[in-house]
Amino acid sequence: MISGTVWKFGDDINTDLMLPGPLLFAGEEAQKRAVFSANRPGWVDQVQVGDIIVGGLNFGMGSSRPAARSLRNLGIAALLAESINGLFFRNAVNFGLLALECPGIHAAFEEGQTAEVSLADFTVRNRDTAALLKAQPIPAMLLDLMIQGGLYPHLEREGLIEPKAGRG
Amino acid sequence: MAGMTIVEKIFARNSGEERVQPGDFAVVDVDLAVMLDMSFLATERRHILKVHASDKIAVIFDHMVPAADKRSAEAHAYGRDFVRRFGIRRFHDVGPEQGISHAVVADRAYALPGTVLVCSDSHTCASGAFNCAARGIGAPDLLAAVTLGQTWFRVGETIRYDLSGRLQQGVSAKDVFLYLAGAWGHHTNQNVEFGGPALPGLGIDARRTLAAMSAELSAEFATFEPDDRLIDYVRERNLAPFTPQYPDEDAQYAERRAVNLDEIQPLVALPDSVIRNSVPVDEVAGEPIQQAFIGSCANGTLEDLAEAARVVKGRKIAPGVRFLVTPATQAVFSAALRWGYIATLMEAGAVVTPATCGACFGGHMGVLGPGETCITASTRNFKGRMGDPSAKIYMASPATVAASAIAGHIASADETAGGAA
Repeated sequence: MISGTVWKFGDDINTDLMLPGPLLFAGEEAQKRAVFSANRPGWVDQVQVGDIIVGGLNFGMGSSRPAARSLRNLGIAALLAESINGLFFRNAVNFGLLALECPGIHAAFEEGQTAEVSLADFTVRNRDTAALLKAQPIPAMLLDLMIQGGLYPHLEREGLIEPKAGRG
Repeated sequence: MAGMTIVEKIFARNSGEERVQPGDFAVVDVDLAVMLDMSFLATERRHILKVHASDKIAVIFDHMVPAADKRSAEAHAYGRDFVRRFGIRRFHDVGPEQGISHAVVADRAYALPGTVLVCSDSHTCASGAFNCAARGIGAPDLLAAVTLGQTWFRVGETIRYDLSGRLQQGVSAKDVFLYLAGAWGHHTNQNVEFGGPALPGLGIDARRTLAAMSAELSAEFATFEPDDRLIDYVRERNLAPFTPQYPDEDAQYAERRAVNLDEIQPLVALPDSVIRNSVPVDEVAGEPIQQAFIGSCANGTLEDLAEAARVVKGRKIAPGVRFLVTPATQAVFSAALRWGYIATLMEAGAVVTPATCGACFGGHMGVLGPGETCITASTRNFKGRMGDPSAKIYMASPATVAASAIAGHIASADETAGGAA
């Protein structure tokens, strides 16, 4: 089971808020520091490894940029949202960020409460209120990628890409 | 047994399944994987050791062309080497074949009806205008498509838009998008399918605008029904065989929505989001602007440049306004030169840039400073999208953007033309 302290965000949180355009070329460390800098300055200094994000509808709308990677690099244990943009979800799979759609999640949590996520039965429990919610199950192949570090390690094992980043 | 929508039929064909329906998880063969200059950035790329099939890959430099800095120049050099290593034929470097990937794919009809096309840019759904199951995927996904020749899709339900009537003069596909986003909001996890009696009267460029902008609806796939106009367009540009896919008569849609194009009026999206954020131009008319931009995969078409030229012809832009126009491809730029649109725009005071994603993503060629206001006919108005996060970005059609450049504030094309439009 995964548990963590909840940070709440609203509907239509877009990729550019998580990974601003000017940082596209800056590398992972600088990108991590810029998450939500336009809409919630200072948040990256407050968030702790193991924390959980609770979002509203259409979380991650926007670009194909690796915004999910920045959340993973901040140590976010899970993203739980009412609904998640399909491209953002792909990048959550690609970069190993646990991301679940969970109808009712936004109303079920206040910021600072503790969420418990069970991947055995795709449930989310609010430890503070005991509210129990059902998340949308994820196909096993995608869940495996999400919790085992994403797609690159798989492509490396298959001998399709070189093991190290940034050659050349 | 109920029938299938367009994308369900394409998924079935490319996954070897007889039938695909919402809720399914489909592993499909990729007919074309498009790589960009951004695919080769030193901070992001992985070194590819083998590819599945070099004739199923196109490489198109677009975000930073010509190279805007040392990093993009290095990425271009690395990408050229990749093209040489694997003998990629369809390569669009800086030069006469340069352009925004989705627009190059359209100009050259690389996007064949009934096929699966992927690219690591969110507006890849633009190729849905060509009856493709086309979507943006992540950079790792793209490497999987390039090396394995396959990708996966979660199959969502489909919203069908039946378009009827005809757009009034001065009203464009961008206004149709702003209407859809305003009226129905996001379409997360849903596909959109466009068809109906209005289709023959809707040009290919207009369809591309609507398909590209469907990314902003958060749609998974946005696919147009094929018609003679589309099939002729493709056959004139690409000799490869293809099988267009039509929806089954008893296809299952989550909902069918009728849209009468006659009733659509020019709209503007207010800053920061397009979801349920559209208002009639009059509601924000008078808002001062410092920059007006027309470009991107959504609005850099020949039809867009023609419309902008029509609005500004014989006029001058207001002092203090930067009016930037970026044709989507160099081929469009050349055609606009031949038609006289470029001269008209430049005489009005526009700066016409080479084809690139450029200002649309705040990369180069028109980045916004603190506190500035821009009205844009491009893909996104997110906070910070085009530069400083304190800048305000309004989104509208090329006609409304051109009219605003003339007025120096947000204005409708009708108003600046004295009602003549």
